Amino acid sequence: MLAKRIIPCLDVRDGKVVKGVNFVGIKEVGDPVQCAIDYDRQGADEITFLDITATHEGRSTMIDVVRNTAKNVFVPLTVGGGIRTVDDFRDLLRAGADKISVNSAAVRNPQLISEAADKFGSQCVVVAIDARRKAEGGFTVVVNGGRIDMQMDAIAWAKECERRGAGEILLTSMDTDGCKQGFDLELTDAISKVVNIPVIASGGCGKLEHFSQVFEKTGADAALAASLFHFKELTVQQVKEHLRSHNIPVRR
Amino acid sequence: MIQIVDYGAGNLFSVQNALNYLQIENKVTADPAELDKADGIILPGVGAFRDAMQMLNRSGFTEAIKEQAAQGKPLLGICLGMQMLFEKGYEFGETEGLGLIPGCVQLIDGGGLKIPHMGWNDLTVLHGCALSEDVQNGDYVYFVHSYRAETDDRYISCYTMYNEKIPGLVFCGNVYGAQFHPEKSGQVGMGILKNFAKLVTA
Repeated sequence: MLAKRIIPCLDVRDGKVVKGVNFVGIKEVGDPVQCAIDYDRQGADEITFLDITATHEGRSTMIDVVRNTAKNVFVPLTVGGGIRTVDDFRDLLRAGADKISVNSAAVRNPQLISEAADKFGSQCVVVAIDARRKAEGGFTVVVNGGRIDMQMDAIAWAKECERRGAGEILLTSMDTDGCKQGFDLELTDAISKVVNIPVIASGGCGKLEHFSQVFEKTGADAALAASLFHFKELTVQQVKEHLRSHNIPVRR
Repeated sequence: MIQIVDYGAGNLFSVQNALNYLQIENKVTADPAELDKADGIILPGVGAFRDAMQMLNRSGFTEAIKEQAAQGKPLLGICLGMQMLFEKGYEFGETEGLGLIPGCVQLIDGGGLKIPHMGWNDLTVLHGCALSEDVQNGDYVYFVHSYRAETDDRYISCYTMYNEKIPGLVFCGNVYGAQFHPEKSGQVGMGILKNFAKLVTA
């Protein structure tokens, strides 16, 4: 039976893992390659790097990070953050990334999804969707860490991503992100019901029960968390043991 | 020394990274004549059956691989590389494969499950083979594919279930194929690559 995946995410800036709340008070806290190796040992089913570097030099540093990680970690590796062109895809795939996640560039130029899927295959195209609840109901797509509301319906956008060849949706709720009160179950379920590609739930997990909830109450295929694992509040292993005790299939 | 076939498709680097990590001597080769010097051959592959077979044919690898396999050299196909070991593929019409293992390659009948079959799925050992020595029932490996091999049980070493039976690890004499990605399947996958290397140096 296909296992539900647990994916730790590392925020990387200028080749270092960083951590801060809402991009404020960012601290360098470690070497991404070593962090990825540690997560692999804990049983992570996949590793995601989110590059929050703004500079050109930082981007080539990221390629080195990916290259060194791919030499030492033998589970799928996803890289996101600042990817704008098919060439960016190629550079990161060549360095050893297995999947590339695109967010605002795909919203602004949906053609990027189709082009990348045609060139490299849908299996490596992940579209990250940041969604926020609307006062009148439903969910809107936001970019730039939630600062810009694109006035697009998140459900319709998810369907379009699939139609254009996305292989997976990384869905983050901007309402629950950072709150540790649990994933947005309604959003996750709504999106996973309308697409036939895997959906990764992200944003809001704070304890073990949140993981079993998202798999029991929605069609999510995977769950992603950053700070929870980073600050060692929980290990991947603990999450998996918890899921197993709820009869949710996980890789051992 | 293991040679990894570079025919213009597929992610060779992750296979090479895994072999390097295991300190298994290897080389990527784009020249079919070089295969003669290999002790074992890995045929990777990502993409569509027809395009990849055309690339193998055009580059002269089809004949070279068949010739080496006939001499008894260990050969391991991975993902699409495994699918091409069979006689025929039905992705975008019928295409002739390498014909090294009896059977063909058909679209997965997901029965409502998502296609592609992507993620970690568990193996059941049907017949032990040199590569599956360390595989236990229930071990998880990483799959990404929409097509599956249809072959006699006797060629299936391990399979997984995804609505229907999906051959995971197949074998026929010195020819082996993994539908999953051993190079992305953590410890279980590394064990399979190690066992292939053992076969090559034996």
